[in-house]
Amino acid sequence: MNWYGIKAIYIHEMERFRRTLFQSLASPIITTSLYFVVFGSAIGSRITEIDGINYGSYIVPGMIMLTILTQSISNASFAFYFPRFTNTIYEILAAPLSSFEIVLGFVGAAASKSLIIGCVIILTANFFVDVRIDHPLLMMFFLILTSITFALFGFIIGMYAEGFEGLQIIPILIITPLVFLGGSFYSINMLPEFWQKISLLNPVLYLISGFRYSFYEVSDVSLLTSTLTILTILIGCIIFITYTFSKGYRIKD
Amino acid sequence: MKNILEINNVTKFYKNSVKALENVNLNIKEGEIFALLGPNGAGKSTLINSICGIVNFNTGTIKINNMDIVKNYRTTRKITGIVPQELNLESFETVWNNVNYSRGLFGKKPDHNYIEKLLKQLSLWDKKDNKIKELSGGMKRRVLIAKALSHQPKLLFLDEPTASVDVELRKDMWDVVKKLNEDGVTIILTTHYIEEAEELSDRVAVINDGKIILVDEKDKLIKKLGEKTIKIELFEPIEKINGNLSKYNFTLDQTNKIISHTYNLNSNTTDITELLNDVKKDGYEIKDINTEQSSLEEIFIKLIKENNNELVRN
Repeated sequence: MNWYGIKAIYIHEMERFRRTLFQSLASPIITTSLYFVVFGSAIGSRITEIDGINYGSYIVPGMIMLTILTQSISNASFAFYFPRFTNTIYEILAAPLSSFEIVLGFVGAAASKSLIIGCVIILTANFFVDVRIDHPLLMMFFLILTSITFALFGFIIGMYAEGFEGLQIIPILIITPLVFLGGSFYSINMLPEFWQKISLLNPVLYLISGFRYSFYEVSDVSLLTSTLTILTILIGCIIFITYTFSKGYRIKD
Repeated sequence: MKNILEINNVTKFYKNSVKALENVNLNIKEGEIFALLGPNGAGKSTLINSICGIVNFNTGTIKINNMDIVKNYRTTRKITGIVPQELNLESFETVWNNVNYSRGLFGKKPDHNYIEKLLKQLSLWDKKDNKIKELSGGMKRRVLIAKALSHQPKLLFLDEPTASVDVELRKDMWDVVKKLNEDGVTIILTTHYIEEAEELSDRVAVINDGKIILVDEKDKLIKKLGEKTIKIELFEPIEKINGNLSKYNFTLDQTNKIISHTYNLNSNTTDITELLNDVKKDGYEIKDINTEQSSLEEIFIKLIKENNNELVRN
């Protein structure tokens, strides 16, 4: 293993995060606060509790998931697309690094950034509502696994994107709607039966449900199903990246 | 001297079926400076990028230090460095971070003393905390060289190292290249500045349309393909060339005072002593004699022209 190479990519990417620390942290903190104002105060006054949990507290895991998913994707996709855009990718390709090591460096950094942001959101949420974490290890398991999985997904976008707009299309058009419709701010049990069935086709529902279970022991689907879903997406991303690297598609001519 | 690089039957097609390299065979000796010459689009950069792992080639084998670059990519890439043609750098990073990053990528333990020495050698030390965007084009090119040398490679590829740099900087770059070579680094450079190849290289290859059309030692190449012109200036103008001089294919300039004869260095058909004796025998007084030898550039143009004509014929 080229540990120095992995470390170089990781530190290089974290350095970019450090340089833009204010923007990186200010944006999720402000967004979370706004969600609490809008959903917690305005809507929360009408929906007092879901599954016995105060509404404001109930939406915390969903909000964290929303941020983790979008941040992991955007961090990883930008991190890999940027050297492609500036042509500095030549150096990574010419270095004695395997595709696994390249992915480890980029995805590790993107996931780390998301984890930091996730922790900041939990702290921010504490200013607005009571946040209880019944299973901290399970919570960390979901947080880390989701960050890695969606950083891998972002890496794929970074490999395939043909412009900066391309980096935004999937997060805006697919991920954000899936998160909003995946029970971030409600339980699917509140929906009519037809829409409950439709919601079950949304993979993000399983992530949010499992993550919420680690907080309050309430969930829309079983914990096992949630775990299997995230692992399936993770394996799918790994297979896709491995295939793309082996062909050199969009990286090597 | 042993070969540090062996390229055998390498062919490369791009996705649009454009053949960029066709059965390329080339051996590079350890310690030499090798120039790869060719017009734009001839395949120079594709060949270098194939060796460095930046593009995948389709068929053939490439070995560095007798190791296959695909199977033993970790070992071979550790001893290889590349300076790209374009100024591909991260604008918002400092020189210091940029160079240390490159060393890390190549699996080398951080060595701040070496990087300091390297930056001093390339006159970049006082710019180490500057962001790349604050540097001039020449400085950026030096940063690229520093990055390529950060992991102490044995084989260095310079892809058009002096493209779009001014004359003064070009000479500086040449000094850097010569110094690196003296320190034991084998250098392969692509260029279309013939002057550069003439100044730096030990051996030269000419590539055109993806094929290597010639490989030879620079001096031998000039000798083998080079032509020399002897120009004799006379005291008095002459009307036309006749007498003993008519056998030499002389041409007369507009002043009717300078007669010129072009001959091939390799052909041994022209005896200069006899030629000068014949001038004297015909009663001409010689004012001055001047000789001009064809440059590598003229040879290069000639070769490419011949090759292109051959391609058209085929």
